[in-house]
Amino acid sequence: MAYKRKDLLGMKDLTKEEILYLLDTAQKFTEINERDVKKVPTLKGKTVINLFFEPSTRTRTSFEIAGKRLSADTINFTASASSTTKGETLLDTVHNMEAMRPDIFVVRHQFSGSVKYIAENTDVHVVNAGDGLNEHPTQALLDMLTIRQAKGDLNGLEVAIIGDITHSRVARSDIWAMPRLGINLRLFGPSTMIPKHHEVFGCRVCKNMQEAVEGADVIIMLRIQRERQGKLLVPSTKEYAKFFGLTKDKLALAKKDALVMHPGPINRGVELMSNVADSDQSGVLKQVSNGVAVRMAALYILGIGSNKGGYDENAS
Amino acid sequence: MTQKEIMNEEEISRTLTRMVSQIIESIKENDGICLVGIRRGGAYLASRLAQILKTAGRKDVLLGFLDITLYRDDLTTIHDYPVLHGTEIDFDVCGRHIILVDDVVFTGRTTRAAMDALIDLGRPKKISLAALIDRGHRELPIQPDFVGKVVPTSLNEIIEVRLKEQAGNDCVLIQKTA
Amino acid sequence: MKTLLKNCKIVNHNNITEGNILIDGDTIASVSAKADEKADKVIDCGGKYVVPGLIDLHVHFRDPGLEYKEDITSGAKAAVAGGVTAACPMANTKPVNDNRVITEYMINKAKKDGLIDVFPIGAVTKGMEGEELTEMGDMTDGGAIGFSDDGKPVMTAEVFRRACEYASQFGAMVISHAEDKSLAGAGVIHEGEVAAITGLKGIPSECEEVMVARDILMSKLTGAHVHICHISSKGTLELVKWAKSMGYNVTCEVTPHHFTLTEKELLTYDTNAKMNPPLRAQEDMDAMIEGLKNGDIDCIVTDHAPHHPDEKAQEFDLAPFGITGIQTLLPLSLALVDKDVIDMKDFVRLTSYTPARLINKSDRGEIAPGKLADIVVLDTELEYVFDEKLNRSKSVNTPWMGKKLKGAALYTIKSGNVVFEFPK
Repeated sequence: MAYKRKDLLGMKDLTKEEILYLLDTAQKFTEINERDVKKVPTLKGKTVINLFFEPSTRTRTSFEIAGKRLSADTINFTASASSTTKGETLLDTVHNMEAMRPDIFVVRHQFSGSVKYIAENTDVHVVNAGDGLNEHPTQALLDMLTIRQAKGDLNGLEVAIIGDITHSRVARSDIWAMPRLGINLRLFGPSTMIPKHHEVFGCRVCKNMQEAVEGADVIIMLRIQRERQGKLLVPSTKEYAKFFGLTKDKLALAKKDALVMHPGPINRGVELMSNVADSDQSGVLKQVSNGVAVRMAALYILGIGSNKGGYDENAS
Repeated sequence: MTQKEIMNEEEISRTLTRMVSQIIESIKENDGICLVGIRRGGAYLASRLAQILKTAGRKDVLLGFLDITLYRDDLTTIHDYPVLHGTEIDFDVCGRHIILVDDVVFTGRTTRAAMDALIDLGRPKKISLAALIDRGHRELPIQPDFVGKVVPTSLNEIIEVRLKEQAGNDCVLIQKTA
Repeated sequence: MKTLLKNCKIVNHNNITEGNILIDGDTIASVSAKADEKADKVIDCGGKYVVPGLIDLHVHFRDPGLEYKEDITSGAKAAVAGGVTAACPMANTKPVNDNRVITEYMINKAKKDGLIDVFPIGAVTKGMEGEELTEMGDMTDGGAIGFSDDGKPVMTAEVFRRACEYASQFGAMVISHAEDKSLAGAGVIHEGEVAAITGLKGIPSECEEVMVARDILMSKLTGAHVHICHISSKGTLELVKWAKSMGYNVTCEVTPHHFTLTEKELLTYDTNAKMNPPLRAQEDMDAMIEGLKNGDIDCIVTDHAPHHPDEKAQEFDLAPFGITGIQTLLPLSLALVDKDVIDMKDFVRLTSYTPARLINKSDRGEIAPGKLADIVVLDTELEYVFDEKLNRSKSVNTPWMGKKLKGAALYTIKSGNVVFEFPK
């Protein structure tokens, strides 16, 4: 088992084996996060720069904690405080950062494909922390890790993703990764938020909430961002909650032990009702914990990934 | 490449039994014997030692496993991506006498990493080292407290400890490269 | 000065003949000259195809104002290297070509260089603001052949109606870059499978079709000649076919990239495949080929849109739309001949004869006595890599950079002068 890529850009091109390697490694890291001394010396002397061209607190914090627990030096570079607003090109910014000799870039960018573009133009390892509407691979990994912990085997599980599929990089990463591990995915959301050519995803698109939830092992609710996606896509949050929100009643249609997940932050009373979000069926906080482990795994795998010399099992 | 068997199944078994008597001798009844095997070879040996100890009547045996991959000082030079096997120590190491178990002690670097890993879990009262084979060539000031067999080697030789749990049979091989 | 082109396979829109072309000054004197006819210069064409100079109805030469991307001289150099002897620059210069001064500046600058003729397309509205009509009469007098607000399409039906009525009075066509900006939104590629896959925002085909439908109806209302720019979707072609079947004065053009590439190019987020209208689905590309084959599409144009490398080396969403194309027009169109989609006569009709008719230039588009000596000697079999050494444009934003192409202009002759020879 191995992961030989320079970067972690998305789930779309990863093989089942690569995904499993990432998940298995992440699972081992969950133990470190439970210790008193939450730190291992693995990436001592390595520098991780969080290059965030789009504001984000939680993902950045999660990556920062992950880097620090591996003993890497993590530095945050956010666009608002940066030179991109002064007209510097993206590549100039990246090359300037590269000149400081970091080992890993963790990149978030508001435009699809931009993280790949950066990765193609730097020798530094790149982890995609979300690019536009495209991908958010560590989120898909933490989703799958959370599901695996709750359900054991992923194969054959019925998972529903509900919400703004078109504008969700979380959905896209889940959509590429989950079926590769045998998960049956179904999608649902307002028609204004389902991509016109969803057939390329190879997932069932449901007609209503009942159909979407019925018999599901896992329900992933996406965050609705009405202010961002424009008021044309949903008339009101009230209406959204009525037809697309997950209530206790609707959850009852799913399997009895169905797991409810959400990438956060939750709009309580809109896509997720409080009595669902706070129920023992909610895996939301578990997702956040697993996020650190998954990001540790990503940084670890890329951070040590310089294939030099031979390894002698006996060199003890 | 030439290869020679230096221990067979029976010799390994006998050696482990002898190591157990040494351990029993040095640790008083009820003080608790905490064996922590270093993955992967040391983990199997620690399990066997624990079994022999229990057969010998010791009831105060605790067993754990340590994955030291994240503590290695050669992590970036090893040729393939290591698989993490995880650390499993479900007792508190604080205040205990821990016996680290490894299959071969060589440069001492694995032991160094294991000590670091262990200390990150808490503050043991004492750490000892048990190894089936001591092949010399230490690069750090580390000596085992319980040794199965001392095997003088040259640097171009490889010691391979094969165990049933992993390789299907028990034996120790010495191989000469080049 | 007399020039003799010997051993030519002369291609016109209606026939192919073998013969020797004698050029006297800037005019074709004969197409059946003797092989030993006295001339100042003799070129042996060795039986190769000889076609009338290509006429590109849709280019962006960025001059005046954006000369760092291209100027009329560099654009003309690229043109003749691609066998193009006349081109129609769009009005989106800086300032906008919305008055006779700028129109004449373009024409005169090209004339001074002597490489190609430039027939500018003027803006429909002042500053392309979509409000006030430009002085179309005066600009037509100055040499403008049509009017368009190009990438800033006239969104108000009434303004478009009045533009049609007014332009047609002066014999100029109204050229429609059909795009409903409100439907295009923040879209950057075709709203198809690849948009769903890549997370790049989509522009549906209907965004083009809804405006094509409106503009066809405006042609119906006014009787004006409406020419639909760079059609890209199957639905657009259906609408144009319908308009033609109804007898409306509607014509259309297609670019080589829309009949050669699909949205698949965007899977790698290559900004050199970002253009507007976007590369569409396979069925759309197939429809374009079918349209060329059946004669429903009137001509092939390039929409040559140079951009500086720094502008394309950006986040996909921020990079400008457009690719260069004037030098790849020949090989990409000849590829259709290679695939038996069209024949050499169709090639001439699509790239020279019909374009000349659409802009009312009866002195060109044919190789015949008395016509202007704008002639291209082709090597349809020549294979080469299109690299920066061959590239004559100031810009390199084309997906074909570094790619292998087949077919090129060996000699380009403009008004009797050899203005380009393929580098040996």
